[in-house]
Amino acid sequence: MSLTIEKKNEGTKDTVFLTGRLDTATAPELDAFAGKELANTQELVLDFARLEYISSAGLRVILKMQKLMNAKGSMKLIHVSDVIQEVFEITGFVDILTIE
Amino acid sequence: MKSITAEAKIENIVLVTDFVNSILEKNECSMKVQMEIDIVIDEIFSNIAYYAYAPGSGEATVQVEIEDSPKRLELVFIDRGIPYNPLENKDPDVTLDIEERKIGGLGIFLVKEMMDEVLYEYVDGQNILKLIKDL
Repeated sequence: MSLTIEKKNEGTKDTVFLTGRLDTATAPELDAFAGKELANTQELVLDFARLEYISSAGLRVILKMQKLMNAKGSMKLIHVSDVIQEVFEITGFVDILTIE
Repeated sequence: MKSITAEAKIENIVLVTDFVNSILEKNECSMKVQMEIDIVIDEIFSNIAYYAYAPGSGEATVQVEIEDSPKRLELVFIDRGIPYNPLENKDPDVTLDIEERKIGGLGIFLVKEMMDEVLYEYVDGQNILKLIKDL
């Protein structure tokens, strides 16, 4: 199982659907995506409906994306599963992310 | 007890994860617990892959044991790399604001929080990290 990243664009709003695992092996893929695909994005929605789990390597990229979006717009996470919510709570990420 | 031995590299995390998951599935482990275990494997095996044998390479062994009454999982990571006790890491400050946040140390902190017991010993040139979780 790897990671699939799909982007749906609506003007300056982008919704990014993540499918699979956001871990040590796949986090560099999301990092590379964020580095080149979000140049014109002002409103970023990360849809975690089909994301199985996230490890600290994934948290590193999510933190980087949040900082990027703080500087130019907004970012929110939707459809976060119980286990991913648990990871965000343990690490205090619930306080720095917007989770709906 | 079942075990898998593989070269400690990032590409092999998926091998270990699939191996452990197949055992958990046979034991009717909940999906949430299985995901927690998968996260733990990613944290520990990636640490070994990055640091244990750097700049060279070497193997790691992962042993899995499921005990009944009370039902619990024992997961043991063994490598012959440089001695390293991850439990000596200071816990990260998880209350800092976004600009001050650091990721270092979050992985082992997640492991400690998601497992019930984490034990380390260095014996006969081997790092042995034992993780226990009640199922």
